[in-house]
Amino acid sequence: MSKKFWETLPQGSVVLEAGSSAKFKTGGWRSMRPKWIEENCIQCMFCWMYCPDMSIKVTAEGKRAEFDYDYCKGCGICALECPGKKGKKAIVMEEEGK
Amino acid sequence: MTTTVQPKELKLKELAKGEDRFVHGHRMCAGCGAPIVVKQVLMATNYPIIASNATGCLEVSSCIQQFTAWKIPWIHSAFENAAATISGVEAMYKSLVKQGKLDDRNVKFVAFGGDGGTYDIGFQSLSGAMERGHDMMYVCYDNGAYMNTGIQRSSATPFGANTTTCPAGDAIPGKLQQRKDLTRIMAAHGIPYAAQASPSNWLDLMKKVQKAFEIKGPKFLNVISPCNRGWRSKTDDAIALSRLAVETCYWPLYEVENGALKITVKPKEKKPLTEFLKPQGRFKHMFAPENEWMLKQAQEYVDAQWEHLLKEEAFWTEAKK
Ligand SMILES: Cc1ncc(C[n+]2csc(CCOP(=O)(O)OP(=O)(O)O)c2C)c(N)n1
Ligand code: SF4
Ligand code: SF4
Repeated sequence: MSKKFWETLPQGSVVLEAGSSAKFKTGGWRSMRPKWIEENCIQCMFCWMYCPDMSIKVTAEGKRAEFDYDYCKGCGICALECPGKKGKKAIVMEEEGK
Repeated sequence: MTTTVQPKELKLKELAKGEDRFVHGHRMCAGCGAPIVVKQVLMATNYPIIASNATGCLEVSSCIQQFTAWKIPWIHSAFENAAATISGVEAMYKSLVKQGKLDDRNVKFVAFGGDGGTYDIGFQSLSGAMERGHDMMYVCYDNGAYMNTGIQRSSATPFGANTTTCPAGDAIPGKLQQRKDLTRIMAAHGIPYAAQASPSNWLDLMKKVQKAFEIKGPKFLNVISPCNRGWRSKTDDAIALSRLAVETCYWPLYEVENGALKITVKPKEKKPLTEFLKPQGRFKHMFAPENEWMLKQAQEYVDAQWEHLLKEEAFWTEAKK
């Protein structure tokens, strides 16, 4: 029997395109939809830091922009963590499709 | 020649301008804590990172065939060998640099694993990699059970929790044992850095990651990672619960650097443990009148652990004088 070296072993799955999951939209999972109320936003960026789905867009200047509804799963973490302005939340959750 | 890497400024406004190295489109459940942990770890530094991942929720949901959420080189081989895998990658890198086949780009090596893959099944490979002294960091995202296969108990599952392999019912009232204190066990390996962190305290977490990457040798970071499916909680409370874990001293934030212990965040007021337990369905039965002893026992355990930490910290403060 000929000797086998590691080079001859099958490679397994190799994905060469970094971050290709962006092609898979997860927004359809959402049953609740976060809504951004800009006038109550103090630009603290907590929502951005805590979003598990990287679904809060940021401008080139590092400011909070709209939600990325292509990926947002509607978990509501951003709304719960948002301090808002003078007790008024800058994010509220609404039922999807309403 | 070694490439120099600029340190990262840990200010939210500055961080937000950066590019994510763990991106959307992954298939973790809505509101899962693990992707928050991963994004914070990767965000803390400008160093190039190569990571391995133990089998588990994070691994199966972040790389599905051609869809990967990672923007760094990433390897998965099995459940029990994330630490061994990355230690091999690190050894190969070092060898190639030494042979002059590769420029040293100051790459950092990280292994990610769930608590099952870390406290239990991957424990010997982790212990071995730490003992061999590889220049790597192991990050455990601790959600307190084998979540990916349906919430089985692990040695990280807290006392009293209801899981599918220690179901609260007539025979037993949930898990009867206390959790294994893995962070202390890793510190007892004599490694230069072991710490506990929480995604709620992102700055503390990122400072620990930055510090760890400046230290040569093996590092261990244990991060609490809420799982609303397994914890039977709501999809929006991953950060709120990890914060309560810190504020009740259930999950103290501390670091052990060359043996010396320091508590990095002390709660202003230590909250009763029930504030952490109550919102979670996995502890629901503990609030039944006949199980009052369980709440008492759980609180006593947390108190004793916290007292112990404070004493140890006081010892090291005194020793450093
Ligand atoms: C050797 C081996 N045993 C069992 C499994 C099945 N398995 C896959 S994921 C998993 C649970 C992982 O639990 P944990 O490490 O806590 O991570 P989590 O899923 O909770 O994030 C199990 C048991 C496996 N893949 N390999
Ligand atoms: S609802 Fe959840 S997924 Fe959507 S933007 Fe808020 S934190 Fe992110
Ligand atoms: S958490 Fe609220 S106030 Fe802060 S940036 Fe986000 S929307 Fe604005």
